[in-house]
Amino acid sequence: MSKRKVKDVHRPIGECITQVQQILRERFCHQQLPDRPEGLEAQYKHLLELLRRSAIQGESNSVLIVGPRGAGKTMLLQCVLRDLLQEKEAQKNLLQVHLNGLLQTDDRIALKEITRQLNLENVVGDKVFVSVQTEYYEQILENKTAEKSPGDRSSSRPVLFVLDEFDLFAHHKNQTLLYNLFDVSQSAQTPVAVVGVTCRLDVLELLEKRVKSRFSHRQIHLLSSFGFSEYLQTVRTQLSLPDDFTDRGFAQDWNSSIQTLCEDKSVEEALQRHFNSSKDFRSLHMLLMLCLSRVSVSKPSIKPADLLDASRLCLCDAKANMLHGLSILELCLIIAMKHLNDVYEGEPFNLQMVHNEFKKFLQRKSNSMYNFEQPVVMKAFEHLQQLELIRPVDGSSAKTQREFQLMRLMLDHSQIMEALQKYPQCPTDVKQWAMSAFG
Amino acid sequence: MTALLQHPGYDEEKLRRVAEQLPCREVQAGLLLSLMGEPQQYSYPSIFIYGHRASGKSHVLHVLLKELELHHATVSCVECVSVALLFEQVLLSFFGCDAASLLPRSPSLSDFVRIYRQQPVTMETSSHQTVVLNPVVEDNVTVILLSEIVWDKFRPNTGCFEPLLLHFPDYSKGELQQILSQDRHPSYSAEFYSSYINILLGVFYSVCRDLRELRHLAALNFSKFCEPLEEGKVKETDTHKLWRNIEPHLKKAMQTVYLREVSSLQWEQMQLMEEKEAGALRGLSAHTHVELPFYSKFLLIAAYLASYNPARTDKRFFLKHHGKIRKTNFLKKNEKTSNHLLGPKPFPLDRLLAIFYSVVDSRVAPTASIFSQISSLVTLQLLTQVSHDDQLDAPKYKCAVSLDFICAISRTVNFDIVKYLYDFL
Repeated sequence: MSKRKVKDVHRPIGECITQVQQILRERFCHQQLPDRPEGLEAQYKHLLELLRRSAIQGESNSVLIVGPRGAGKTMLLQCVLRDLLQEKEAQKNLLQVHLNGLLQTDDRIALKEITRQLNLENVVGDKVFVSVQTEYYEQILENKTAEKSPGDRSSSRPVLFVLDEFDLFAHHKNQTLLYNLFDVSQSAQTPVAVVGVTCRLDVLELLEKRVKSRFSHRQIHLLSSFGFSEYLQTVRTQLSLPDDFTDRGFAQDWNSSIQTLCEDKSVEEALQRHFNSSKDFRSLHMLLMLCLSRVSVSKPSIKPADLLDASRLCLCDAKANMLHGLSILELCLIIAMKHLNDVYEGEPFNLQMVHNEFKKFLQRKSNSMYNFEQPVVMKAFEHLQQLELIRPVDGSSAKTQREFQLMRLMLDHSQIMEALQKYPQCPTDVKQWAMSAFG
Repeated sequence: MTALLQHPGYDEEKLRRVAEQLPCREVQAGLLLSLMGEPQQYSYPSIFIYGHRASGKSHVLHVLLKELELHHATVSCVECVSVALLFEQVLLSFFGCDAASLLPRSPSLSDFVRIYRQQPVTMETSSHQTVVLNPVVEDNVTVILLSEIVWDKFRPNTGCFEPLLLHFPDYSKGELQQILSQDRHPSYSAEFYSSYINILLGVFYSVCRDLRELRHLAALNFSKFCEPLEEGKVKETDTHKLWRNIEPHLKKAMQTVYLREVSSLQWEQMQLMEEKEAGALRGLSAHTHVELPFYSKFLLIAAYLASYNPARTDKRFFLKHHGKIRKTNFLKKNEKTSNHLLGPKPFPLDRLLAIFYSVVDSRVAPTASIFSQISSLVTLQLLTQVSHDDQLDAPKYKCAVSLDFICAISRTVNFDIVKYLYDFL
């Protein structure tokens, strides 16, 4: 009897790399749902229970999922919905309406979207009510549920409303939509579940009194309360290949290289810096995506240098990069502005003052800079304004001439000094002028 | 050079063509390409590219997307004054005019997303400088934003999906030389042209690093540079003589064409004329030197004095017997409070007329013609009216001309204005 041998499949390296890219890109860029959300077991159970009661037992509920950006709120909700819909009864009965505060900026648009998603266009026609009454909502819900289960009046189909960017709905006029939804969830016969997802922790303050009283005050918080070791673990699992990869040998090599990567000291430091600035998954995915983009056939693994480079790219100062590309005249103007800020303690300045300061430098210290005409200096000044490195102080800009309009510098002292160090071929007298204490 | 851009999933020949069209930008193009991945793979949903003007951002993107035939829609935010135009352009580029016509009259973002989702789309997309969209559509769409201003200025209050930030660094002097030398005229040698570019950069590099402006200037001034060569006075290798010929011309260009005081056409015509005939090139600012009538000139001078002298010093300048003014009355002038740095101050009409009468030698009656001249000065924007239109009995004005202008005017009437200015005491 021949034993069944497990065949070790070896694919060419190009194919392996392509597959690795495919899998990891799906994870980082496409927000693929994990089997189970990590670290959120309690919240997962709570939400699942709640929605199951609504879907199967006909209870009306309302809940808010609150947490900072990138904490995994939408991911949690999608996981719960996916698992809920695996139960046959829920799948048969549950109606879903998904609204987003960024898209449905108005109650009218939201109402149109609801009717569209519940397929009620033939019933309602083109009429859109400007001031919506609660009865309208009850009516459409009854219509819908009655339509689908005609024989069985007692069991109406439950409806799930998911409101993304919930805090934006609170800015609509009179909060009519929210009021009606919560009202229906409290009083109507049809079971309605309202789930709001928001990034603002103070969302309840935004609600009006009548809306707040109809809300069940049930909140699920996702506060990313994990430590650095769990963060490292997450990095490792995010970068590892799953067990069902076609080439087992390659997958094992890859996973072990990821292991050594995570144990490297410099990598740990870089990750600690990222962890200290933000714990959320999105910035982690951005960092890992940059590392992944360097993986190719000629370099089939992620090295510590890649991660350090990616980290540097993520954390670089954008304004310093822009300062690097300025012409020498513009840089001198910025140094003149810095001196003016030092002497007059941050009061706004105008072009004439800056030009005057620059002319003083030219008279006393400079041998490399040429005395440019006023219009040329004006053009350089306007370029700086276009880049928003300086901004006009709010005031009547129409009545003042351009040379006399007051501006503020939007750069920090340290940013300017740092940019000067990196500036290519900076003349020494300009550098010395910048370092000196007073103009 | 061997193929600098290599990526599986794309044809090598196409990548080579791309690399040819993107000199000095191979690193950035390679980075973009590696981020985008193969055509069927997912790429990061949102990328923000920032860098100076003419640093190649749209050029690189355009070349990459066109040569590699990726499905894309390009939108310029400067053109799309309303969101409806933006939606229409995107739908038109992706799905054709049928989808674009499905948009209702004043479409909201909701309508746009709904129509977008209804259409079948499979490949990568990019759009240039659009408003920030959360990734609400689930398929493989990448929004690429291009801007001169850094991302920190755009970030909304409550945060959003952070895009991946990519910086396109400015070209260094060597790179600028390399790119500009590619434009060379076929009838001259490459070294000749690069020496010309060298001279041009020497004059303009400290002021401007914008590739587009430099190319424009190079194209305009090349004929003047070749002039002595064509006349047979110098050889190609005589760089010193060529430099002496072109350098004053370039300095003049900085004052005129660079500032757009004269149009490029005028500049070219001026180059064709002989040096003696050329004379002074009338720039745009020269047109403000209109010929004013005699009293208007004095009114303008009086207005300038009223704007830039503090009111308490009027007695000293304009009265015959002002008595002894003690020095301590005048506060020590702090440089900051010099009125020529702060700008003109508003003054009432009475003060203007008082100074006017003391400045004008002859006896002038306060007739309506004098007052109408004040109004015409306001229309010419040499004075600005500061008070509200309704205030008829005590209007206030400000003088809006520069010191050079007023000195020129006062010279024509033999009036020494500098003697009367407080800042030049």
